[in-house]
Amino acid sequence: MGEVLQVNGPIVTIRHPGIRNGEQVRIGKLDLIGEVIHISASDALVQVYESTDTLRPGEPVSGLGHPLSVELGPGLLGQIFDGVQRPLNRIMELSGASITRGLQVPALDREKKWHFVPDQNLVVGNSLKPGEIIGTVQETEHIQHRILVPPDRAGEIIEHAPEGDYSIDETLVRLKTSQGKVELLNMYHKWPVRRPRPYLSRSNSSQPLITGQRILDTFFPLLKGGKAAVPGPFGAGKTMVQHQIARWANADIVLYVGCGERGNEMVDILQSFPKIKDPHTGRSLMERTFLVANTSNMPVVAREASIYVGVTMAEYYRDQGYDVVMVADSTSRWAEALREVAGRLGQMPVEEGYPAYLASRLAAFYERAGMVNTLAGNHGSVSLIGAVSPPGGDFSEPVTSHTKEIIRTFWALSKPLADARHYPAVSWLESFTAYADRAGSWWAENVSIHWSQRRQQALALLSGADELERIVNLVGPEALSSSQRWTLESSSLIKEAVLQQSALDPVDSYCSPQKQFALLDLMLWFHDRGVELINLGVPVEQLIELPFHGELKRLKSSVPNDELERLKLTTEKISVALDAMRAEYSKSNHREIAT
Amino acid sequence: MSDLEYRKVSSIHGALMFLKGVDNVAYGDRVAIRDLDGHLRNGQVIKTSADLVLVQVFEGTYSMDLENTWVRFLDRPFELALSPDMLGRNFNGIGDPRDGRPPIISSIHRNVNGAPVNPVARAYPREFIQTGISAIDGLNSLVRGQKLPIFSGSGLPHNQLAAQIVRQAKLPGDASNFVIVFAAMGVSYSDARFFEQEFESSGVLRNVVMFMNLANDPPMERLILPRTALTAAEYLAYELDHHVLVVITDMTNYAEALREIATEKGDVPSRKGYPGYLYSDLAEIYERAGRLHDRHGSITMIPVLSMPSDDITHPIPDLTGYITEGQIVLSRELHNKSVYPPINVPPSLSRLMKDGIGKDDTREDHPRVASQLYASYSRAMDSRNLASIIGAEELSSRDRRYMQFAGRFEEEFVKQGVNEDRNVIETLDLAWALLSLLPPAELSRVSEEDLQKYHSWEEA
Ligand SMILES: Nc1ncnc2c1ncn2[C@@H]1O[C@H](COP(=O)(O)OP(=O)(O)O)[C@@H](O)[C@H]1O
Ligand SMILES: [Mg+2]
Repeated sequence: MGEVLQVNGPIVTIRHPGIRNGEQVRIGKLDLIGEVIHISASDALVQVYESTDTLRPGEPVSGLGHPLSVELGPGLLGQIFDGVQRPLNRIMELSGASITRGLQVPALDREKKWHFVPDQNLVVGNSLKPGEIIGTVQETEHIQHRILVPPDRAGEIIEHAPEGDYSIDETLVRLKTSQGKVELLNMYHKWPVRRPRPYLSRSNSSQPLITGQRILDTFFPLLKGGKAAVPGPFGAGKTMVQHQIARWANADIVLYVGCGERGNEMVDILQSFPKIKDPHTGRSLMERTFLVANTSNMPVVAREASIYVGVTMAEYYRDQGYDVVMVADSTSRWAEALREVAGRLGQMPVEEGYPAYLASRLAAFYERAGMVNTLAGNHGSVSLIGAVSPPGGDFSEPVTSHTKEIIRTFWALSKPLADARHYPAVSWLESFTAYADRAGSWWAENVSIHWSQRRQQALALLSGADELERIVNLVGPEALSSSQRWTLESSSLIKEAVLQQSALDPVDSYCSPQKQFALLDLMLWFHDRGVELINLGVPVEQLIELPFHGELKRLKSSVPNDELERLKLTTEKISVALDAMRAEYSKSNHREIAT
Repeated sequence: MSDLEYRKVSSIHGALMFLKGVDNVAYGDRVAIRDLDGHLRNGQVIKTSADLVLVQVFEGTYSMDLENTWVRFLDRPFELALSPDMLGRNFNGIGDPRDGRPPIISSIHRNVNGAPVNPVARAYPREFIQTGISAIDGLNSLVRGQKLPIFSGSGLPHNQLAAQIVRQAKLPGDASNFVIVFAAMGVSYSDARFFEQEFESSGVLRNVVMFMNLANDPPMERLILPRTALTAAEYLAYELDHHVLVVITDMTNYAEALREIATEKGDVPSRKGYPGYLYSDLAEIYERAGRLHDRHGSITMIPVLSMPSDDITHPIPDLTGYITEGQIVLSRELHNKSVYPPINVPPSLSRLMKDGIGKDDTREDHPRVASQLYASYSRAMDSRNLASIIGAEELSSRDRRYMQFAGRFEEEFVKQGVNEDRNVIETLDLAWALLSLLPPAELSRVSEEDLQKYHSWEEA
């Protein structure tokens, strides 16, 4: 036992001989939860995950003997946890609308019985390796939960439970370790959040994470196991991009971490997801989703923990052989929590108040993304997608600039685009991806061999148009040639017909890869035909005034994913008109040559 | 403990007071201070250990000395006494009456800091509030339980706008009125008077609770005032079932008080000298807006803040925008063109609009019309830009149409009277009248059906 010496906001100085750095502690009469972050000969500093109001010097402190850990087992999916993995639904049952301090509620339900089916290798005398699968339970109708030997255990099976219904506390396997000790395994185990879970080896991912968002999938793709950042000023659409990914991504499991953002955004997910069907499996989205919420009005220090709590749970499903996506909104709030604690500890700030270790902490976090060969011999992945909220929208600030060095896909949101309600406001000039080639092989194999070429053509067209717009804004449109004017026209067509995609449009919210390519291909075909006609001498005005632009721009919401053949009708109609134009002009060209 | 008076102040600076040798004081405790003139001041413990206690004094420490300052620790946090009798009354930041009438006596007391709302307990806000102002209802709709600030600048008519919203806000087809909590921090006497008269003349005064700290009142009291006001709002909404509209002005004065105390404490500054925790601190205030599952009432919040040098990237508007559910931004340019309300449409946003409008709430074309107006107005700004380079005469007929659209959009849609209360259907019809200045091919955000139903294009 120890005692409180000083209370300074969320940082409490304690005296507790023998306490270890990183150890969990219970503080004061209210039993607040905290974590030791610094020790010296005479005292230790604790960051407290709950408000320290009314805490006094002299109140008791007890060390729990273990670091901040999460419970890993069936029953995580569909749940919402706070930043230190307390189940918020259960907390509401206990304390009503506001969160009472000092509640001790385990993450996983102890009462619930799960139907356990032993794995074939669960035979007395066999030996179990760390991370191996001992059996399964059906966690949701869609997701089978694979019960794993904890990564730090192994031994020979001396007894195991038969198929049947068990609560997570009940013993399923008795092991004899190589030292001859007997160990009990049940359905869940604990793992310290700041320690990445082990795997056999990294493997190279070549599967794009399909999100159904054209600007992401077609232009700046992310791979399963990849790391991406979404920076943008307030209102630019970071949360919306992350919600869209959580809704539509072709992942097995989605973990949404709300870190220092709005409570209502959590409610939005909790209320809408159960009613939405996963386009890849046809099941309710909530069957594969779970959340961690440390909203902006919840204690700052738990914000720092929430990211690690999240990624550890993500790794756990990866270890079962699943593709997991974790979105974190916003990593800036996590960094600010680091800064807050560093400031209270009197650590030297280096840039904008952030401590020197900001960059290395960010890098270490994103390093936990990846596609791996699991200890159990499967493939699994964790993709990490972090929102970044730069003060004043300035991307040169520390969190954005360090993050940019670490991630491989950068979806930069632009305020001018958002102000024009061009959503997703992902800038085609500032964004980048390092995964385009590897994603390209998948698209070539599964959608079209022309994907890479069309993608590059569109990007070139867009950046060319940007250049031209600059010229127009200097000297006016008169300076442009016909084909340059057509480039401008086509780029605005691509922006409206392809890039702009409303999350609120029931048809267009999710766009299948096939439709993504078909739309892009159609617009570029139209552009190419126009170029051809201009070369034949067709005045560009005549092309601009063709009555097809409105229809082309609406195809994304008028043609659903499963009716793509309807696009042919449009193509044919346009073809007829363009052919006629062409016939007319090649005739007149011939006449000119003849005369 | 609360009966003991200590004379152990060891040093004083700014709004901070240090005490040595008082043991066992609780963090966050409320402190009563008696100075050598016998005046009472209020404080709060912001750091505590066996040998040193740090107290923040809301009235400041001016004219205090070390020997004759008596300090009592009240053994409880800052609390507000709550009762229905608060309606129609006027209090200071700590909850003491400013109107010369007796203090509120009640057995119900609440910690003004509140406790964080469990996100699971929230109900998603989705009931459209008609403010009668087209640029809000049509383009940035407000819903019950939303926090939607007004970003303004000195000399802009944010008070008129806030007052007009308070006067006109209603749910279409719902007769029940809002109860108003008005929180003023560091505002001038005349601004405070303006609001009082507004409430008086519209006959709502007995449905208003006011918390005021004027420009010449102690600045540190502003740190607690919004918390006190929101504690009253929560009581009215969640215990008395009222729909509460909270107007808080001016959040910039709040943030400045926070910066002052942070500097005195030696907290590490982040941007422009504001402490790194400004975000979380503001969030503690703004996140108290909302709705709860099992309660009838709601808290809709309209904070007003002035952007220093009209700079929206300044930490106060910036961090506010990161927390609130949108923002209504006022423009000096429109104000100079005599457009009232001078709502700068492009940077304005309502994040909760999407769930409060459309078929069952306003009209089915509403979401698309709003998106189209934004897109067209933004396109029109390019034409204006071009006109300033090559001259309006040189513009193509398409650009000229856009110029005309932009002009009329500002003059007819954004601009309206201080007492003009347009219903949302009028607003949408007006929107279509303006969109009819543009040919259908330019309107790709609306559907074919919308065009057929509402667009009346006649090629000139
Ligand atoms: N893809 C989208 N489709 C439609 N509307 C969007 C989209 N992205 C953003 N928005 C609009 O922009 C608003 C702000 O987006 P949000 O994601 O909350 O911004 P941020 O998280 O960057 O502050 C949303 O409330 C919504 O109205
Ligand atoms: Mg957001």
